[in-house]
Amino acid sequence: MIGGLFIYNHKGEVLISRVYRDDIGRNAVDAFRVNVIHARQQVRSPVTNIARTSFFHVKRSNIWLAAVTKQNVNAAMVFEFLYKMCDVMTAYFGKISEENIKNNFVLIYELLDEILDFGYPQNSETGALKTFITQQGIKGQTKEEQSQITSQVTGQIGWRREGIKYRRNELFLDVLESVNLLMSPQGQVLSAHVSGRVVMKSYLSGMPECKFGMNDKIVIDKQGKGGTTDDPGKSGKQSIAIDDCTFHQCVRLSKFDSERSISFIPPDGEYELMRYRTTKDIILPFRVIPLVREVGRTKLEVKVVIKSNFKPSLLAQKIEVRIPTPLNTSGVQVICMKGKAKYKASENAIVWKIKRMAGMKESQISAEIELLPTNDKKKWARPPISMNFEVPFAPSGLKVRYLKVFESKLNYSDHDVIKWVRYIGRSGIYETRC
Amino acid sequence: MMTKHVRNLLSLLQENRGLGSKMTDSKYFTTTKKGEIFELKAELNSDKKEKKKEAVKKVIASMTVGKDVSALFPDVVNCMQTDNLELKKLVYLYLMNYAKSQPDMAIMAVNTFVKDCEDPNPLIRALAVRTMGCIRVDKITEYLCEPLRKCLKDEDPYVRKTAAVCVAKLHDINAQLVEDQGFLDTLKDLISDSNPMVVANAVAALSEIAESHPNSNLLDLNPQTINKLLTALNECTEWGQIFILDCLANYTPRDDRESQSICERVTPRLSHANSAVVLSAVKVLMKFMEMLPKDLDYYGTLLKKLAPPLVTLLSAEPELQYVALRNINLIVQKRPEILKHEMKVFFVKYNDPIYVKLEKLDIMIRLASQANIAQVLAELKEYATEVDVDFVRKAVRAIGRCAIKVEQSAERCVSTLLDLIQTKVNYVVQEAIVVIKDIFRKYPNKYESVIATLCENLDSLDEPEARAAMIWIVGEYAERIDNADELLESFLEGFHDESTQVQLQLLTAIVKLFLKKPTETQELVQQVLSLATQDSDNPDLRDRGYIYWRLLSTDPVAAKEVVLAEKPLISEETDLIEPTLLEELICHIGTLASVYHKPPSAFVEGSRGVQHKRLPARAGSGESAESPDVGQSGPAEAPPAVIPSQGDLLGDLLNLDLAPPTATIPSVQPSMQMGAMDLLGGGLDSLLGGDIGGSPSMGAGLGAAPAAMPAALGSAPAVGGGLGDLFDLGGGVGMPTGAYVAPKTVWLPAMKAKGLEISGTFARRGGIIQMDLSLTNKAMSVMTDFAIQFNRNSFGLAPAGPLQVLTPLSPNQTIDVSLPLSTSGPVMKMEPLNNLQVAVKNNIDVFYFSCQYPLSLLFVEDGKMERQVFLATWKDIPNDNEAQFQIKDIHLNSDAASNKLQGSNIFTIAKRTVEGQDMLYQSVKLTNAIWVLAEMRIQTGNPNYTLSIKCRAPEVSQFVYQCYELVLKN
Repeated sequence: MIGGLFIYNHKGEVLISRVYRDDIGRNAVDAFRVNVIHARQQVRSPVTNIARTSFFHVKRSNIWLAAVTKQNVNAAMVFEFLYKMCDVMTAYFGKISEENIKNNFVLIYELLDEILDFGYPQNSETGALKTFITQQGIKGQTKEEQSQITSQVTGQIGWRREGIKYRRNELFLDVLESVNLLMSPQGQVLSAHVSGRVVMKSYLSGMPECKFGMNDKIVIDKQGKGGTTDDPGKSGKQSIAIDDCTFHQCVRLSKFDSERSISFIPPDGEYELMRYRTTKDIILPFRVIPLVREVGRTKLEVKVVIKSNFKPSLLAQKIEVRIPTPLNTSGVQVICMKGKAKYKASENAIVWKIKRMAGMKESQISAEIELLPTNDKKKWARPPISMNFEVPFAPSGLKVRYLKVFESKLNYSDHDVIKWVRYIGRSGIYETRC
Repeated sequence: MMTKHVRNLLSLLQENRGLGSKMTDSKYFTTTKKGEIFELKAELNSDKKEKKKEAVKKVIASMTVGKDVSALFPDVVNCMQTDNLELKKLVYLYLMNYAKSQPDMAIMAVNTFVKDCEDPNPLIRALAVRTMGCIRVDKITEYLCEPLRKCLKDEDPYVRKTAAVCVAKLHDINAQLVEDQGFLDTLKDLISDSNPMVVANAVAALSEIAESHPNSNLLDLNPQTINKLLTALNECTEWGQIFILDCLANYTPRDDRESQSICERVTPRLSHANSAVVLSAVKVLMKFMEMLPKDLDYYGTLLKKLAPPLVTLLSAEPELQYVALRNINLIVQKRPEILKHEMKVFFVKYNDPIYVKLEKLDIMIRLASQANIAQVLAELKEYATEVDVDFVRKAVRAIGRCAIKVEQSAERCVSTLLDLIQTKVNYVVQEAIVVIKDIFRKYPNKYESVIATLCENLDSLDEPEARAAMIWIVGEYAERIDNADELLESFLEGFHDESTQVQLQLLTAIVKLFLKKPTETQELVQQVLSLATQDSDNPDLRDRGYIYWRLLSTDPVAAKEVVLAEKPLISEETDLIEPTLLEELICHIGTLASVYHKPPSAFVEGSRGVQHKRLPARAGSGESAESPDVGQSGPAEAPPAVIPSQGDLLGDLLNLDLAPPTATIPSVQPSMQMGAMDLLGGGLDSLLGGDIGGSPSMGAGLGAAPAAMPAALGSAPAVGGGLGDLFDLGGGVGMPTGAYVAPKTVWLPAMKAKGLEISGTFARRGGIIQMDLSLTNKAMSVMTDFAIQFNRNSFGLAPAGPLQVLTPLSPNQTIDVSLPLSTSGPVMKMEPLNNLQVAVKNNIDVFYFSCQYPLSLLFVEDGKMERQVFLATWKDIPNDNEAQFQIKDIHLNSDAASNKLQGSNIFTIAKRTVEGQDMLYQSVKLTNAIWVLAEMRIQTGNPNYTLSIKCRAPEVSQFVYQCYELVLKN
């Protein structure tokens, strides 16, 4: 199991050092600094073995978190734990920065003592942790409160405490998708997928039982066979094929496996209910058509057309097209019909920004790039043209069909809950080769 | 029913529920004044609570940055008695760090701990028991037992789950205590606890304890406990699910039905958001699937269910992607059908970290097939223009591998490679030429039209591998290259500056050229032969040169047959993990072993994780399914320690990569050659046989130039055929009785050496120390290019010649070799004294193992001391150096015993008989001129001998005694 956990600043000075196992000595702290943080080469692996000791590291801004072990630990678990550790710290004191870590080091030690015992991760749900790791002392608690804390930390529903009350029962669902594309210069889709998340904010009283439904093809087809379909004749994007999905630990997985129904008791506040991935029938919100021409050895002509491909009534926002330029660029002249375009020498790219663009429109940019003559034999690698945007729909076609809330002990029903849904589609890695 | 709405206010309100950022603890990191410790001491003893707490915080901050604040121990411990929980936790943290260095003072804390374990607040009880387990001081451990026993049965699950882990902590400190106190049974009972987290922690603790007791039946997994675990699996935290799944993976179901029912209950975990849960579930399924009949419908369903979660892992954070990819690499080798349609998800993204890119590339090659080759090639071509040199090289190499793997694509691959060569990027060109060489070997007489293009790039090649490849191509196709002689000649100019690889290749290529175009190239071949044989001090090169020279001068027809023989085909799949290792790694999915692609024993110290795991046998395939899969395959006696390749402790062994040891063979006068050649003359043809073929590296196999060896050295044993006899001077030279030679034992199991198994023993024959080795190839591909080297050792043992493995070792073949050893190597004291660390290299990799030799190996033939000298020396050596041993159960009389010992160069100088006791006085001399004197008492009728050994270097006595015992008992 995890033998020790260290946090370093960008210089390699140790900010937090907690050792859990006897086989990890103080020299491990230095070994990681010397061999990884101060290494001349770029990091070639997130797992490093130094003198029979294995180091796992992740970086958050310029802070290094490293877990150390001498055993054959579950590597996936160690990384999941490090991410979780970051989440917990962020939930307690915001951004992970040197200042915040130094300001909260006592708290961090307290957390590390609680969520890792002898190197074994323990309950690390912030909801539960915040009930008893408060930096305020816990002497004021009554016996009932204490046992409520311990039963929540160890219990089946470790993510929610009893006795939550809201005057107004309300919930918010965000369907957040990132659409990824790799397209050949000729417009052929090399790979495309959507990775989506359903994020829920719940402000519900008691221990509500929820049931979530979406236009999952398997569910719809099953109902279709049962003969209860409302509009069997209609084709189109009635349902979508989900390649795979994963759920927050509150969801009863065995029930999903057998009936494909998503039922759960939600944590209080914001959390990620599910993640999913689709690859079929994706709506690609934009198409990029590049044209690069090398005019002699010292000049490039670039023309890029973007076409929006969704309902004209919808508006895409925060559109940004990034056209890479060679390292030996000496000057750029740009003309664009819409938005603003600028050559950024430090980023080796022309960045073209458009604030808003409606569906079924087209826009174009053309640029002349002057090059310095070089004797470098190596050709310019032509990195792909990438795009960023945000659209108010789900490119996968996912629709929320219902979210039902049942709380039998309290006197509010599904109808009393105010529910909100919104869809946001963002670009993930959206690239067209040129 | 629902509407869209933006709501800022609520989310803003939410954010303020967290703690405000009132604290500014960073100030504690800045104090570095001189009288700091003194000031802190005063503050710690302050009456004001706040001041006390501040001081403790400062102490912890200093501790974090590595300052020694142990001097404050009593003062800090004094702060422990407090009802402020935050302060208490800080003091505990301090205690955990320093208790070990101040064990006596740590006792002061015991009372508080014991008291806290009785506290009405469960959080405090748990804190106390958790902290106590982390204090590794024996005296505290004693006091821990009672509170721990109570806490294991506490009414509060939070305390019980903490106590469960504490048992594992205590076991790590004092295993015996845990057993004596019966904690293991209590821990087992917790598996049936009503609280899922208690179950999970108990499982984790038991699994860890079981690992250090390989043969105990601690984790007594049976269908009932499995059922309990599966129930808890649905209810516990994500971490608990991982503990339980990892534990389940060690179970072997009784039959395929049980296997299926467990799989059915584990599959829902594949949808968990935590990747580690998913990977551990995959591990259980991959393992249990082995038992399912392939025609079962469920088997197919399961296979289909595995692909999506594996693909989903690739959208995790990069570090996890890396872990996932390393595991997918294993899964794809074990069950290629799972991901065969998922090629696209492994396409490299421009912004992937380099470690993800390299892993994806590996998997792409494995998944490449006729169906997807067009796409793969297009991608690889893109990658070959990227920035990272390693990545580009790997991409180019991948194109070559595709050509070899998918025949239909070979043509396209070759043309892609040619395009890349046109880019003139130096490392791309070199890499391309290396892979084109392999393509030529796989598809002879098909793509030679490209040779012209390759030749154009001759000048830009500066890496040995590329130069060697190019030279091979020129030599192989010399008849089609008009100016082959010029090209090769151009390389010859700087012959001595080339690396061995290039030199060997150049030698062979020119000989090939000569055999193909004898008329114009006579001069060239003369030149290279003399360069190789006269001016080089590399034995490999010289040997190969001599062989060619003799071949050419005696029988050119035979030479042609040998040098231009048809080459064996090269295999399609490269870099496959050897099957037994792959099976073991599959059992370790998700863990570090699967990331390193090495068995845990290669990087874990001590007994932990050294057992080899195996996949269960398919139901009905003969092997009883009940046999537990753990701890069966490990050999009963302690296996030889295998030294891992990482770590720098064996630095000097590692330079083995270059070539077999040099310098042991005396250099030869050119004038000797001709005469010597006659000596061997005709026999050579038949000796060389066909099987050496044109393998580019056959030089190593041909071994030492026979003529060059002074016969007395006898260092070419077991070369097979007549040559072996010729040199086998060992046996029967003036020995009264043969020295005892232990039977061969396995030194390097095949599991640890990619299929190469080495067993061996040591012998001393006619004054020559020999290491008798049996090399067995348990892998699927042919092994060649063997070489051996020793680490420095106590008596300077070193190979006296290269390891002579003449023919390539084909799968399932065993070759016996005797390696003569000298004692003139570098010396370093080893622990134990007779330990020998060995590195063996072949065409696949370098492997390390260590073995122990009997000291009798070093007993020299002139070890008989003069009587007078013996007496004087015996008196001279201080009595402290005398060691006494008992040799039991020997049924020999004194004469027989002394005869037997003499066979191993233990000489009896005198014999006295006193009161029915025979006293034998004996002497032994070691190779490094250390004398060992011994007195052996034999009582008639008593099978137990008493042995007294005196030596100026008393550390050898123990080992001399072992030799006595060995010799007398065999």
